[in-house]
Amino acid sequence: MSQSAARSVIPGFGITLGFSVLYLSLLFLLPVAGLVLFTFKMTWPEFWAAVSHPQVVASYKLSFLASFIGASINAVFGTLTAWVLVRYTFPGKKIVDALVDLPFALPTAVAGIALVTLYASTGWVGHYLDLFGIRVAYSEIGVVIALTYIGLPFVVRTVQPVLADFEKELEEASAALGASRLTTVRRVILPAILPALLTGYALAFARAVGEYGSVIFISGNMPYKTEITPLLIVAKAEQYDYNGAAAIGVVMLAAAFILLLMINGLQWWASRRG
Amino acid sequence: MSISIEQVNKRFGNFVALDNVNLAIKTGELTALLGPSGSGKTTLLRIIAGLEQADSGIIRFNNEDITGQHVSERGVGFVFQHYALFKHMTVSENVAYGLTVKPKKFRPSKAEIAKKVNNLLELVQLGWTADRYPSQLSGGQRQRIALARALAVEPKMLLLDEPFGALDAKVRAELRRWLRRLHDEIHVTSVFVTHDQEEALEVADRIVVMNKGRIEQDGTPEQVYDNPANPFVYEFLGNVNLFHARVKQGQSSIGDLQVPSPEYTNSEEQDGLAYVRPHEIDVFNLPQPDAIKVKLDLVTIVGPAVRLEVLAESDQQLIHIEQPKEQFKQLNLKQGDTAWILPRYTKVFLGEGI
Repeated sequence: MSQSAARSVIPGFGITLGFSVLYLSLLFLLPVAGLVLFTFKMTWPEFWAAVSHPQVVASYKLSFLASFIGASINAVFGTLTAWVLVRYTFPGKKIVDALVDLPFALPTAVAGIALVTLYASTGWVGHYLDLFGIRVAYSEIGVVIALTYIGLPFVVRTVQPVLADFEKELEEASAALGASRLTTVRRVILPAILPALLTGYALAFARAVGEYGSVIFISGNMPYKTEITPLLIVAKAEQYDYNGAAAIGVVMLAAAFILLLMINGLQWWASRRG
Repeated sequence: MSISIEQVNKRFGNFVALDNVNLAIKTGELTALLGPSGSGKTTLLRIIAGLEQADSGIIRFNNEDITGQHVSERGVGFVFQHYALFKHMTVSENVAYGLTVKPKKFRPSKAEIAKKVNNLLELVQLGWTADRYPSQLSGGQRQRIALARALAVEPKMLLLDEPFGALDAKVRAELRRWLRRLHDEIHVTSVFVTHDQEEALEVADRIVVMNKGRIEQDGTPEQVYDNPANPFVYEFLGNVNLFHARVKQGQSSIGDLQVPSPEYTNSEEQDGLAYVRPHEIDVFNLPQPDAIKVKLDLVTIVGPAVRLEVLAESDQQLIHIEQPKEQFKQLNLKQGDTAWILPRYTKVFLGEGI
């Protein structure tokens, strides 16, 4: 390694690696290790009791399922948005393009309150949904909507550059070979953007699992029903049950890590070809 | 399948890509659309394919008006300059693509598709690449795969857009000879676009020279090369020396040199431009009657040929000459020497030229 580093055109492998490791350790590895260490203060039965309480289990289900649904919705509509932004010119395109990043910039609490105002049974949209008996605010649907909102930019921003670079000739080649528009999208365009789409999906999912601010306003936080896991962690921490909070944190960490690893594996599989 | 193009016009904004183009292409012919960039040749090819729509005019295949037909219904094989292979598919999946996207009732069975793909890969001499991905192949190999993919659907015609444009010189020369042989084998009506006159002259049965959205000349390679219709075609089909000439009653005078121009027998005295190709000039080491006295300004040996840049003594005009090396060696001339030159063949166009 030292030999190849010496021969490299751009030197500095040692110092850049060292800096990266230090940087990652301070910002990322130490907090995570601290979290895990915290749980070592507990006995195994205590840990198990904390993480397997029915209320906590219900929150896992909601958090992961709602994140999964939100990320899936984003995968479809985020790709559509990216497509529209790349393929067409229309008045106000630049503004729409900028708006996509809004969920990044807006404090999540503001977004949460805005969503409640809109979707509560007295709100502009919730009012009409109420006529059909659909309750969005203070229900699982509300959680999904909030998690969809905050995940959208991830999919759009990862798919957009890949679509922009996509060679038009490939579509033309497909059409010349007799493929319909839909077949071309399914067999030529989608496979090309799949690795980027999976990255965006993973990011949106990861962001949704950890989201707190925008959800707690619209979900109503009803135990066993609309409580997300991050809320439980905050609640436990506020009651000075740091061990319990850390235990649930570790479970989330492990689950999120496994899921992200799986998505990365899929992504590797998709990009390996070509 | 014959192609007929009738009064086709196409504009991109203010740019006129095609200006009232009429062209008929016979069944089984290999036609080259030759022209500089911006001449409209690619636009014309794309309009034939249906990848572009003409602003006005009619396209017919075998006398049937297909102007409004979508590209996917025209049954053409299209080959792109940059191959346009599907990167996420293996070579055999690429070749099979056109067959697998057919509606169920027209789609051949899996075994039939596999057999056909094998045959096509053998035809392009790349059977061993079946399970590779396009990124693992060289440019020349990719283009042959692209050709096999286009042929898989048994197209009524093959349209090739600068098919060898992205390849290096040697592969290019190899591939165009190969395309010529392939065409002799399968005889599918083919049109290819190129800006390389050598490529057009070597490969095509027929050359259509285009410039600024119009067709300048249309004929066999020999007709086009030996009898260029106008100065543009003359200049585009190879290097050329230009001389001012006075034309009068079937005679052109270039300086002191008189050349017969029988096509202008009845003309009054007027200005013209004489075109002489570099390899159609004889060089002498002794004075000759009527010959132009020149100084050898630069002698460059390019493999088997010698390129000379000479300056006419009378007006210092720069003249390019090309000779086989052997022939030049016998003259015993070197850079800086004085020599005498005589054009063997001169083509005079009236007016001040292009």
